[in-house]
Amino acid sequence: MAQLLLFEALREAILEEMERDCRVFVMGEDVGHYGGSYKVTKGLAEKYGDWRLLDTPIAENSFTGLAIGAAMTGLRPIVEGMNMGFLLLAFNQIANNAGMLHYTSGGNFTTPLVIRGPGGVGRQLGAEHSQRLESYFQSVPGLQMVACSTPVNGKGLLKSAIRSQNPVLFFEHVLLYNIKQPIPTGENLSSLERAEVVREGKDVTLLTYSRMRHYVIQAARILVSQGYDPEVIDLVSLKPLDMGTIARSIQKTHRAIIVEECMRTGGIGATLRASIMEYLFDELDGPVVCLSSQDVPTPYSGLLEDMTVVQPGQIVQAVKSMCTKESVQ
Amino acid sequence: MALRLVSARMGPFLRQRTLAAAAALAQQRGFAAAASDDEKLTVTVPVPFKTHKIDPPSQEVETSKAELLGFFTDMYKMRRMEIAADGLYKSKFIRGFCHLYDGQEAVCVGMEAALNYDDAIITAYRDHCTHLGRGGTVLEVMAELMGHRDGCSQGKGGSMHMYNKQHNFYGGNGIVGAQVPLGVGVAFGQKYNKLPNVTVAMYGDGAANQGQLFEALNIAALWNLPCLFTCENNHYGMGTAEWRSAKSPAYYARGDYVPGIKVDGMDALAVKQAFKFGKEYALQNGPLMLEMDTYRYHGHSMSDPGSTYRTRDEISGIRQERDPIERIRKLILSLELATAADLKAIEKESKREVDEAVDAAKSSPQPEEKLLYDHIHSGTPANFQIYGADRQHVTVKL
Repeated sequence: MAQLLLFEALREAILEEMERDCRVFVMGEDVGHYGGSYKVTKGLAEKYGDWRLLDTPIAENSFTGLAIGAAMTGLRPIVEGMNMGFLLLAFNQIANNAGMLHYTSGGNFTTPLVIRGPGGVGRQLGAEHSQRLESYFQSVPGLQMVACSTPVNGKGLLKSAIRSQNPVLFFEHVLLYNIKQPIPTGENLSSLERAEVVREGKDVTLLTYSRMRHYVIQAARILVSQGYDPEVIDLVSLKPLDMGTIARSIQKTHRAIIVEECMRTGGIGATLRASIMEYLFDELDGPVVCLSSQDVPTPYSGLLEDMTVVQPGQIVQAVKSMCTKESVQ
Repeated sequence: MALRLVSARMGPFLRQRTLAAAAALAQQRGFAAAASDDEKLTVTVPVPFKTHKIDPPSQEVETSKAELLGFFTDMYKMRRMEIAADGLYKSKFIRGFCHLYDGQEAVCVGMEAALNYDDAIITAYRDHCTHLGRGGTVLEVMAELMGHRDGCSQGKGGSMHMYNKQHNFYGGNGIVGAQVPLGVGVAFGQKYNKLPNVTVAMYGDGAANQGQLFEALNIAALWNLPCLFTCENNHYGMGTAEWRSAKSPAYYARGDYVPGIKVDGMDALAVKQAFKFGKEYALQNGPLMLEMDTYRYHGHSMSDPGSTYRTRDEISGIRQERDPIERIRKLILSLELATAADLKAIEKESKREVDEAVDAAKSSPQPEEKLLYDHIHSGTPANFQIYGADRQHVTVKL
């Protein structure tokens, strides 16, 4: 099996889907001739030309609207936000149009587009370039949201997202593009609605996604070496949440810790906690713990930045507090 | 042809020649008393096209008896429908927002005469008549306004969300200006698929100040997309007159590098000519800006009396001098294409049709509860759950 970096896996997904379906095209800033600011579309313009790799002016509001209009005619656009944060300028188009046109038109039109790009807290990128848009869009009916975290799920999810008839927000993370993993050949589509059980265990359910998955895995290694047995689940599907997989896990472990990069207020964790409490109250031995980023604009200073996001040490600590030696059999 | 000045109280609008002069000109050409339905007629539209960086289309418009009678019938039906909607709103059959189009009918009707259903139209929320123009029925509009099952969006869209996929009508949009990038996207789709068609992206004088419009215009011009940016300038953005919101209310010229044409939007023939010209232009050259000089008799919506920011004299003045239906009526009569009795018969039939549609809409059933959860996603994803409002039971679980 070939080893691919995450950005290469995403590129393969786009390439394969563009090859398979001539309605698929990519648009965004510097996606064409430049090859994409994170190289996700490198080389594609040479192969498919300017009409399928569209270099847009810096006009997120209108080019996102353009993509939605094109999707209404039956084309399948992939919109790249150079940084997901820039798509705040297109909030109206994404929420009111992409999300709701299928409903307001009584089922007449669909908007099969993918809106993808890197988000999350990077390395000292500053407040405006460290946005976590999944919090803001999770309330919009009609949108689906997924977050990839590995080359394998990145490729599988992006292929599925492109083929989906629904608008999908596809969250990548600025720090994960160089993660390497062997990729099997073949179609290997990932379900857009299934969470991924990364590690089976029986002591506690750790629910996470995107970059935090890798911190959780780091913490899990430390915990395992100290005799704990955590179950790690990568949510993958942020909207709708895969409550089936989550429920099966919590029914087994009776303890849940959410580890997210969203801000504490109004993040994915906030919704997930409410859902778990509502459905699985009787299964829980104690309250759900949620580790989130601080409710602050991300500072530039590396030291301060590290303080705003969850660190592996904190995850280890949270598990230990929850799983005292007496309570863990 | 000299323009005859009208009373200054009319406001800063283009002065119009009266149709008497136009009819006199038509008489000079010596038309047969009873032309056949399809026989070509040529009418000179009185108001010259004002242009920006382009040569104007000819003021000689080809038409026919059938077309003119069609204009009359369609506009009259649209007018009756909007007036019926007014009454229904006041008796609370229609709720929420209701933006009426009466006065502006010539734009829809003239535009459709130059296009076909493979061309696409997208507009804002003043869309009831646009829906009719695209082949929709009065019943579909009325039932939608009442929120009933037989509405064109099954009662889920309302006044501002009417669509017709088969005839390429992309709605019906609530947020001012947001439809313009969508329209450019539709034009993109047409070009991508190499279709011989254009998209008309309509917006008002209020929306003309939206940034996304200029963004979309830049992209359309850069990529040569076949999009007709059409400003229906009724001179008021809700309660704010154009001169109070636009530094330059010459909307047809604001495209700068994109040429523009200003059209007498109350003259269905002039509108047709402009769109005929525009379609040919756009298919060869990319975007064009069209400004329709038009007027709405009602306020911005049913919540707006429409009299706090303009005078009743202005409204009645326009009705007297420029009403689109009356112009076509006078033209038809002066060309002796039909008698006053014929036209009265058409009016009676229109009124009957609208009344029947209103009754049918009233008896159309309410949407069933299941429709609440339909069409949120296409092919509902797994794990998608919907609750009743009391959160006590799961209504849909997959």
